[in-house]
Amino acid sequence: MTNEKDATTLGVASERATLAALRKRPRIKETLIQAFLFVCGALSILITIGIVYELGKESALFFTRKQWEQTNKAIAWDMDAGGTTVDVTTSGAALRVDDLILLNQEMMRVVSIEGTRLTVERGIDGTVSMAHSKDTPIQVATEVTLREFFGTTEWNPQIGRFGIWALVNATMMTSLIALAVALPLGLSVAIYLSEYASEKARATLKPILEVLAGVPTVVYGYFALTFMTPLLRSIIGQDIVEVYNTASAGLVMGILILPIVSSMSEDALSAVPNSLREAAYGLGATKLETALKVVVPAAFSGIAAAFLVAASRAIGETMIVAVAAGAGPNFTFNPFRAAETMTGHIVRISGGDLSYNSLDYNSLFAIGLMLFFMTLGLNVVSQQIVKRFREVYE
Amino acid sequence: MDNGRIHTTKLDSWQDTNVTYAIEAQGLNVYYDNFRALKNVDLKIERHKVTAIIGPSGCGKSTVLRAFNRMNELFRSARTEGRVLFNGLDIYHDQIDPVEVRRHIGMVFQKPNPFPKSIYENVAWGARIHGYRGNMDDLVYQALTQAALWDEVKDKLGQSGLSLSGGQQQRLCIARTIATQPEIILMDEPASALDPIATLRIEELMRELTNNYTIIVVTHNMQQAGRVSDNTAFFSLDETDRAGVLIEYGPTLRIFSNPASKMTEDYITGRFG
Amino acid sequence: MSGDRGPMAGTRLTRRYKVAALWRNVFRASTVVGIIVLGLLLINIANSAFGYVAVTNRVDPGDLVAEDRALEDLDHAELVAILEVNISKGLFRKLANEKPFAERERAEVLGLIYENVVKPEVAKQWTLLESITKRSEIVAEATTAYPSATLRFESWLDVAFITSPQSSDAVKAGIRTALLGSLWTIAIAIVFAFPIGVGAAIYLEEYADHARPAARAINQVIQTNISNLAGVPSIIYGILGLAVFVRVLEPLTSGAIFGLTDSTTANGRTIISAGLTLGLLILPLIIINSQEAIRAVPNSLREAAFGLGATRWQTVWSHVLPNAMPGILTGTILSVSRAMGETAPLVVVGASTYITADPSEPFSKFTTLPIQIYQWTTRPQDVFRNIAAAAIIALLMLLLSMNGVAIVLRNRFSKRT
Repeated sequence: MTNEKDATTLGVASERATLAALRKRPRIKETLIQAFLFVCGALSILITIGIVYELGKESALFFTRKQWEQTNKAIAWDMDAGGTTVDVTTSGAALRVDDLILLNQEMMRVVSIEGTRLTVERGIDGTVSMAHSKDTPIQVATEVTLREFFGTTEWNPQIGRFGIWALVNATMMTSLIALAVALPLGLSVAIYLSEYASEKARATLKPILEVLAGVPTVVYGYFALTFMTPLLRSIIGQDIVEVYNTASAGLVMGILILPIVSSMSEDALSAVPNSLREAAYGLGATKLETALKVVVPAAFSGIAAAFLVAASRAIGETMIVAVAAGAGPNFTFNPFRAAETMTGHIVRISGGDLSYNSLDYNSLFAIGLMLFFMTLGLNVVSQQIVKRFREVYE
Repeated sequence: MDNGRIHTTKLDSWQDTNVTYAIEAQGLNVYYDNFRALKNVDLKIERHKVTAIIGPSGCGKSTVLRAFNRMNELFRSARTEGRVLFNGLDIYHDQIDPVEVRRHIGMVFQKPNPFPKSIYENVAWGARIHGYRGNMDDLVYQALTQAALWDEVKDKLGQSGLSLSGGQQQRLCIARTIATQPEIILMDEPASALDPIATLRIEELMRELTNNYTIIVVTHNMQQAGRVSDNTAFFSLDETDRAGVLIEYGPTLRIFSNPASKMTEDYITGRFG
Repeated sequence: MSGDRGPMAGTRLTRRYKVAALWRNVFRASTVVGIIVLGLLLINIANSAFGYVAVTNRVDPGDLVAEDRALEDLDHAELVAILEVNISKGLFRKLANEKPFAERERAEVLGLIYENVVKPEVAKQWTLLESITKRSEIVAEATTAYPSATLRFESWLDVAFITSPQSSDAVKAGIRTALLGSLWTIAIAIVFAFPIGVGAAIYLEEYADHARPAARAINQVIQTNISNLAGVPSIIYGILGLAVFVRVLEPLTSGAIFGLTDSTTANGRTIISAGLTLGLLILPLIIINSQEAIRAVPNSLREAAFGLGATRWQTVWSHVLPNAMPGILTGTILSVSRAMGETAPLVVVGASTYITADPSEPFSKFTTLPIQIYQWTTRPQDVFRNIAAAAIIALLMLLLSMNGVAIVLRNRFSKRT
């Protein structure tokens, strides 16, 4: 076709040839590759769905499953299949109205209690009413309610106490201490690098901070336990500061998130156009006044985003708190006492041979879900802020 | 001739028996998102001629050039209306493969963009992906010779294309396009990044290439358009909606000596743009 | 203000400059704090990884031989004889069954004597700083408090430490099992995440359709989702790995499907589960880094290829990928070194607390270097802190060399083009 150079010889035959040459052809390889690449991209969605689904499913089990616990009580007389009152022994844990109890295979609901006499509703949840002989042990159903989960402050799976605030409080303690260290320090570093440091100083300082960010967190855990804790204990006192404490973990975590704050804030500061600085200098402002009153406010949203990302990182940080903050949930506001964070608890209980379908296993997912939404929320807000920030300067 | 907007799958309705022209735009409109970049362009490009497209910046010169080989749709969300007939067939018809279109209508860009590969590989790659089965060495030799580059690079075919000077790089890009044996070569300000001597060589090359190819060149350089082209199309911005429109099209000699439009005259004499 | 030339203006300006100088020093000091902490971190680790130890022997080697000779001078037969006399018959027979003494090297027999008869134990260890600054006091303390002990300078990190398997005895323990576990899991993570990550990046940068609103919305969702995934705490990935790889995919990850029914690994807490979990963890990082690398490839190259009539894949494969590869590899190595240091997700997935056998296949039980560090750090005995420090140095060296490779790679490729 390319040989038919002379225009006059071109006719319908050439059109047909051109059509043959240009007609869309099935490109199977291209299509397959494109499909594969799309699947690769879409897989990330699948991962998110997987996370939310698994966390949600097991959390739902956590809040709905009935655990039968021995009350060390027994019925004091024989019970026939129809009676609704029964006396129980005084031993063991007290029952409450609305408790579900289990005798042999039959489930009953406690309607009222007078001393040791129970009035019950028989044959609950499709179980069959039957006769029970004297001394049949009573088991009681424990179920973790959302109200207990979000409304109480004791987390002790052994005795069925699941108040998330014990763990959230410790997470907040370590995170706030970390942020108290990292935010002022990180912002100062960012201001110094962006506004004061020479090219050469920046070229050496930035990689050092990056190294700080690249150190595995377990190493920071080691540092907290073997350096920060003894330091705190020698300064503040052995009897005030426990071997495991949230202060030490929080301080070291602050160092861990320092590079996040400083590098993101520095990006935000560097993005502020020089014309703003020149305008401030032109009005007779000193370098400090320019930095603090012009550049930092102009970069405020970027800095805020950095703070949020750092907070999210602190909340999700695990190894430092697992090593240094203490093993055992403890609702305390004393930073020198041991307290287990959400992440620390997950690591500790999953460290052993955890059996599936146990309350411990399910609780791990409930904590995980909470953690997921807390960090996701912070990240999403931070992204929104960054997005808006970009629009301002582009 | 219909208004060129109707697409059907029947061959007869989207062919045009008049195939005197290498390529022909009929009622061509190009939109980027909601912005109309090109408005109602009708343009017939003659075979084995150099056609220059001139006009002030932003008037859609590059857009019309890129509409001729469906490059517009690649990088920006461009939407094209109207027809572009190549050998009488609308290249925007949905049964036409844009990849095949680009193979037959090659393109040379504003900035020389050789691949960071050897000179030989630069020329051979295009032919190879089209399944060229002949003697590759011969093809490379012919392409480089046609691009007037062979003598300068014959001893260093293994060197990187980036090691050449700007003018040589651009001729390498032309050789690379020739090697895929297109019918039409589109050139988007091919000499704007080059020095005067290199520019001259490219211009000479364009004239030589008309023996075998149809050349469409976008240029902002009046003298260049005057020197190399047979026909000239002058584009400008529509006053009302800032869309690019074709103002005047005809033999270069006539356009430069006796423009029909006042706008063309102003532009050519440097009073505008 | 500039018109005010009174004395007040002068002092106010002086004060402003003073404040400025003060704050400049605050900013600088903050930066220095970061560096000091890094220094402290490293010193603290080195401090524990090296130092004097007082070693007491259950049996003094001198007591085993005649007075004028040392254990080290004896020949093979004499050593075997000493071993036979000093350990129980049962143990001697067991050792002989494992490998006849005639076939054992002389050094090996000597090692057995130390291990089973002499049984050296660390009575007390000093830090590196103490060892340097208070040498004489240490010698004095060692001779009075541990009269039978020998004092020697111990480098907890040595060749034997790297090549020995785990042990409950801190002196003999090494990181070989953990190191191999780390390499195995990382290899699986790379095999899983690299192709998918690069594929996703190619899709988002080169294929994603931005013209149609529906397609644009989908791509926007994918993109946002990836940046959110990058911010999910690593421990959540551990939980996901536990639920999906360990539990749901147990037949696969325990190797049962392939006829491997080793009861010790059949619970799915295997190298492959760990590797895949780390793979999920680094996937968003690899995607984001690769996207950046692909975006950095100039559009002129794509135009050139398309202008020659290349298909999208031909363009990507021949031009975009080769030019983006240095950036992709650098980003991947950085992501991988992040995974290399991850501990929490692997604890959740179920790293073994104590294994001495080298991992041999994806369905082996596993431990990794950071997990080993974690476990040693949390042991109550001080001596485990020393080997934790030594293991940290090994881990940091490993990470440092990986980053070094990334830098070299980046420089070499950027020179070529």
